[in-house]
Amino acid sequence: MTGETRASEDADVLVIKDASVVLAGRTILDRVSFTVAPGSFTGLIGSNGAGKTTLLKTILGLVKPTSGTVSIGGAAGPRRDPIVGYVPQKIALEPDAPLRARDLIGLGLDGHRYGMTRPSARRRNLIDEILAAVNATRFADRRVGRLSGGEQQRVMIAHALISRPRLLLLDEPLANLDIGSSHEVVELLRRIATDQGIAIVLTAHDMNPLLHAMDRIVYIARGRAVSGTTAEVVRTETLSELYGYHVEVIHAAGRVLVAAGEAGEGKNARTPPAPPDSQVG
Amino acid sequence: MDLSAIIIEPGFFSNQPVQTALVVSAITAVVSAVVGVFTVIRGQSFAGHAFSDIGGAGASGAVLVGAQPLLGFVTLNVAAAGVMEMIGIRRARGRDLATGIVLGVALGFSALFLFLATTYTSTSGATVSILFGSLFTVAPSLIPVVAVLGAFVMALIAILYRPLLLTSIDYELAAVRGVPIRLVGIGYLIALALAVSLSSITIGAILSTALLVGPPATALRLTKRTGTAIAVASAVGVAAAWLGILISYDTASWSADGNGWPVSFCIVAVVFVFYVSASFPSRLGHRVRGHHQEPVKSLEPS
Amino acid sequence: MFETFMINAFETSAIVAIVSGVVGFFTVLRGAAFAAHAIPNGAFAGAAGASLLGISKLVGLGVFALVGAVLIAALGRRSRSDVATALTVALLLGLGDLFLSRSEEYSAQVFALLFGDILGVASYQIVPTALLGLACILVILMLYRPLLLSSVVPDVAEARGISPRWMDLAFLIILALVTTMAVPIVGAFLIFSLLIGPAAAARAFTDRPLPAMVMSSCIALVVVWAAIAVSYTTNLPVGFFVGSFSGLCYGLGRGWAIWGDRLRMSGRPAG
Repeated sequence: MTGETRASEDADVLVIKDASVVLAGRTILDRVSFTVAPGSFTGLIGSNGAGKTTLLKTILGLVKPTSGTVSIGGAAGPRRDPIVGYVPQKIALEPDAPLRARDLIGLGLDGHRYGMTRPSARRRNLIDEILAAVNATRFADRRVGRLSGGEQQRVMIAHALISRPRLLLLDEPLANLDIGSSHEVVELLRRIATDQGIAIVLTAHDMNPLLHAMDRIVYIARGRAVSGTTAEVVRTETLSELYGYHVEVIHAAGRVLVAAGEAGEGKNARTPPAPPDSQVG
Repeated sequence: MDLSAIIIEPGFFSNQPVQTALVVSAITAVVSAVVGVFTVIRGQSFAGHAFSDIGGAGASGAVLVGAQPLLGFVTLNVAAAGVMEMIGIRRARGRDLATGIVLGVALGFSALFLFLATTYTSTSGATVSILFGSLFTVAPSLIPVVAVLGAFVMALIAILYRPLLLTSIDYELAAVRGVPIRLVGIGYLIALALAVSLSSITIGAILSTALLVGPPATALRLTKRTGTAIAVASAVGVAAAWLGILISYDTASWSADGNGWPVSFCIVAVVFVFYVSASFPSRLGHRVRGHHQEPVKSLEPS
Repeated sequence: MFETFMINAFETSAIVAIVSGVVGFFTVLRGAAFAAHAIPNGAFAGAAGASLLGISKLVGLGVFALVGAVLIAALGRRSRSDVATALTVALLLGLGDLFLSRSEEYSAQVFALLFGDILGVASYQIVPTALLGLACILVILMLYRPLLLSSVVPDVAEARGISPRWMDLAFLIILALVTTMAVPIVGAFLIFSLLIGPAAAARAFTDRPLPAMVMSSCIALVVVWAAIAVSYTTNLPVGFFVGSFSGLCYGLGRGWAIWGDRLRMSGRPAG
């Protein structure tokens, strides 16, 4: 684990140490270790099936690690209180559901509590503030299921943020966005990390839109992970070791391409089955 | 010491109602299985069940005006299929709502027809006999009708087979390939309405739902290939029906007053046991793979 | 129109309508129409069984409604919920068939459970109805926020510690309570209409959850009272009017929503 240089300070909001997950005899995650500092921006990069979703579920406490530890906010074990905010990948809200964007965000504040919502000026102000922070004031009073995918995503980010978590997890937030909106979302998340000191951890299969924003990268392949800064991790030697076969890291026009086999040989036969992850769009 | 004489009470095969029951149940079980595999894949069990109640209203209405109950059953179901498709609705949740609305109105009409039947014709109408049904009271003269209607449904499915499979499994791919999705959807809904009409009117609404959903769900536990699943479901359906008939017949012979267990109950129980035993081996695998089932991804356009 | 039996009918049906409006809001939100049909329908088998054993029909209904709810939830863990629901309703109805074949009851009494008997409600039925109704409302009020969150975004709710499976079971048990309350009054078929139609209509008129829930109850109340009144004057069964008025309300709601969408479209500047 080349990138695992910093000692895990008490202040780290997430510390994963040698976490392995074995499901039905298959090793999904193999001794994954990394730390996340408050207010940092971390990208979990890997192709489909590399283990990203399982890793997220492990952080959320929905999957228990077979061995190793996951500690959040200094405490070991899964956390249920809103120290962690979560934004899922597929946000399929029903168009006809009688629920405004504002209502859904309000549920982020107290949706896990019993009883009815008690409206108050304080609650309203909090919601208005967060709406402004994610640039969603314009559609605050519209039915949330009728909003566009990008708008619904911002509502879900606000929903997760309003409880002031220390860590915000996002599953493939850029997957269904065009280049312009994905740039906007990355900027928004970067700003949240810097301004509010909330650590951002997001998964992506393409690292390029995140290159300038990431403080640290956790690169996942075949259940194993390396972490560090982009310069440390995204290198031919490091990734080849991770994949277990030769991959080439190519820098071109400010973008990074990870290609199998020798450079120039393209995606040719000699390569083992698992395809490399980041292709230039 | 003939073992078969212990398992199968004497007179089973020479009994005329039993013969009819065996034939009719086999036909309906196969038709239900073929249609049902798609019902389960597409997540339309509610519609499948609702048609048996909706058609019941049609049958009561038909009886009231002196028409064939089967005609009323089929007519109202096909009309209901049209309305459900018209209410449209893109997602599984919405489709269930559309089904529910149509069913709610149809049940209102059931109440009306039942009232009129008891008031003016002093019969109890068709609703209750359709709800429970009894295989042993099916008239042999119904066999040709059942066979023809069954053949028609099978032909409809055969025509729709490939596009139906594609839209059921990968909605988007089907759309890209230019499959007329709406047309296939309504075609299938009509096939479902006809299959349920056929089975409800002969063997009752309970069995109609049980044979439509049970054997296909059992088969889809055992295999993921649609063609194989259809074959397995048909076999499971026929086996469950015949085993149920046998149990019902045997219990009637054993009891002093000839009052055996109702055949509908016996078949449903067998179907249920088959389903639960098929689920058992894959239990572990399903548990670790997680419990989240998304309702028919394939039917939700992006 | 205001004889004692009519007063009884108006009172009990008001309780049933208000409760089914509240529960219906979540039924429609969760897409649980099939369960809302299956549990009351299957529970009637319990009443048949109860009369066989000579115990109270209400107990039989309650037990079978609960069995249905738990069975749907248990089977639903490993299969799709519509399959689980279909198999449960078939099994329960099959049991009902068995019980009926053992008992001397007339099928007319079965009808009463399927279509209900609002005009025949006796005074002694009001108290249990009110208590069961109150229990439903209290449970819904207690679970309001987690149930709402879990219905709308189940995976986010799960990440916050709200298990979708427990919420599912809790909701099915609420449906079982409604069933026990309403089946002796309006019957298995009509409680379904009352759970679906008004709630589906209400969401066309408001886009906020709490007002939608209240409006759903109001619509259900209007539907039931209108149905009783019209039934009284025409001498036709109440069930027919409950079913058609519910459907009509849904149609009106849809029309209103489409009209509203059109207005918004035309009011919006081009581009």
